[in-house]
Amino acid sequence: MKAVLLGATKGMGRALARLLAERGDALFLLGRDPDDLAKSARDLEARAGCPGIGCAPCDLERAESFAPALDAADKALGGFDAVIVTAALFGSQDALEADPALLARVLDANFRGTILFCEEARKRLLARGGGTLCAFGSVAGDRGRKPVTLYGATKAGLSHYLESLDHKYRAQGLRTVCVKPGFVKTGMTAGLPAPPFAGEPEGVARVVLRALDRGTPVVYAPPMWAVVMLVIRNLPRFVMRRVGF
Amino acid sequence: MAATLESWGRRTAPGAEILSEDLERITPGRSLSRGLGRSYGDASLPAPGASEVVGTILADRILAFDPGSGLLRAEAGLSLREIVRLFLPRGFFVPVTPGTMFVTLGGMVASDVHGKNHHKDGCFGAHVTRLRLRTADDRIVICSREEHPDLFRATLGGMGLTGHILEVEFRMARVPSPWILCDSERIDDIDAFVAGLKEAGKTWPMTMGWIDCLSGGRHTGRGILLRGRWAEKHEAPSRPPRPIPRLAVPFLFPEWVLNPLTIRVFNELYYRAHFRRRRRRIMHPEPFFYPLDMILQWNRIYGRRGFTQYQCVLPESGDAGAARRFLTRLTRLGGASFLCVIKDCGPEGEGTLSFPKPGISIALDMAVRDDTQRIVDALNEEVIALGGRIYLTKDSFTRPEHFRAMEPRLGEFERVRRIWDPEGRMKSALAVRVLGDRA
Repeated sequence: MKAVLLGATKGMGRALARLLAERGDALFLLGRDPDDLAKSARDLEARAGCPGIGCAPCDLERAESFAPALDAADKALGGFDAVIVTAALFGSQDALEADPALLARVLDANFRGTILFCEEARKRLLARGGGTLCAFGSVAGDRGRKPVTLYGATKAGLSHYLESLDHKYRAQGLRTVCVKPGFVKTGMTAGLPAPPFAGEPEGVARVVLRALDRGTPVVYAPPMWAVVMLVIRNLPRFVMRRVGF
Repeated sequence: MAATLESWGRRTAPGAEILSEDLERITPGRSLSRGLGRSYGDASLPAPGASEVVGTILADRILAFDPGSGLLRAEAGLSLREIVRLFLPRGFFVPVTPGTMFVTLGGMVASDVHGKNHHKDGCFGAHVTRLRLRTADDRIVICSREEHPDLFRATLGGMGLTGHILEVEFRMARVPSPWILCDSERIDDIDAFVAGLKEAGKTWPMTMGWIDCLSGGRHTGRGILLRGRWAEKHEAPSRPPRPIPRLAVPFLFPEWVLNPLTIRVFNELYYRAHFRRRRRRIMHPEPFFYPLDMILQWNRIYGRRGFTQYQCVLPESGDAGAARRFLTRLTRLGGASFLCVIKDCGPEGEGTLSFPKPGISIALDMAVRDDTQRIVDALNEEVIALGGRIYLTKDSFTRPEHFRAMEPRLGEFERVRRIWDPEGRMKSALAVRVLGDRA
């Protein structure tokens, strides 16, 4: 696989990039902070045991950065065949409700920015006969729920978009993979109380790797969350109004 | 609900870990960093009143590795387990390893860990070339033997009290194969054991022993002596060592499970299980270096109140029977130890408060019971009389006056701390308990 990763310096993206590097896939990293990107690239090279992992700046809040970043990746990898987006902004429900400026940023990066970036990637992949486009939604986007009204809405929009791509372009060779992590213990969720079935980034990464190889359109990670969300998706509205989750 | 932090010996303190991949962002203004929380006592717990500690485990990137020189630079939260997993297949191993792989690089520096090769290779700190610290005044300082050597030395074995360790650079060791050649022998008593360790150390790079500290009289300190070295290519299997499935202790055992009788039976069986007097075999490196890691959460067998490890080093300048005298005293105190590990130490390291010094190190795991403080006090008095000292990383019960009496280097450590941290911002529960820091 020749993969471009946006957001691989931290959390689940970091864990996934390590698995890809260790099995010998060619990688190119995109992200906001050049210094941080360089450190992650060195880390992945040390783990892969060979040099040659490039990186370029790319920021979900700056759409003008997308095309040059993907151009740089294309050049370095000699034509990528997979694009993986794990980057996103996060804010707790309280913070997002209280701070419209933060809310605007989260909506902008997680929905507008992510979809614009995926569109750039989709066009390039389709032009070369297909490939894999993977983005991280969330179980927060599966059902309108009290603790994640805003963050969840951005992820619901992204899932919807990825599902449509799968329907429209799979026949042309574009495989989309929508990852829906449950609660995963990363820097993003540090400080939040961990619910049952909380996962580790390494475990999620293994699930995602298998989904990438198989082209699974929707994957829950840890897998137990597929069952949890099946139940939650089917709870009637009067129950959802009463419960706290 | 008030959050609680816990150490490996189940010492607890109110507080929470602040976690991030970016240690530079979260360290300013905080008083302590904590890695995997494997120190047994209160070294990784916040001082009373300081409710937050920096958790380093997400900061785990390898920043540089040069296969030519073996130099490796990484963020402080990188675990030893990960280092072994990545580098052993490529013919490199850490120059010094403690008895568990569930530790971080930062923790290995802060405890200046030692291992089976101490008589030959010294502590981990001897192989560290450079450290990057966030000091108490929120500056970022690089230190080494050339730059700020006082800070560098105080940080090796400094229990995290000189600043937050952000990055560690050290030299990995080359190994001829990923397998261990282990030679083990049944030994009849403590005097033979001490002599056996010394003799083995002349030719073997790794030595240690397990002793039965419940049998008295003629059998005092009988046990199994291990000698080891990396197997040469032609001795080793051609396949790499496979990952070993691990079991976990599923819940806290009730306290009656470990009692003098069950401990005696375990010790007897362990000794008897070594049928032949001496045997030699090729071993997987993990059961050789990390036998207890095979069982996850083994600290649960000690029950709710947890356990403490009493580890001391008795100098060889003292009389030859120091180890026997210590064990006899222990038996008389009724301190039943489930596991007792013995090892001869080489020269004192560079770390200002680094634990080992030439002599015999004895480590006892004891369940915490009503009389634990009394036993530790009595053992400490014995150790002071013999001119030895204890290992802070394992300690939960030592009194400040006892530590001061066994640690002539404490003044130097405090001098360096005052230079780099005049307001006493860096602190831990251990520093308050043993070093007399203000809470």
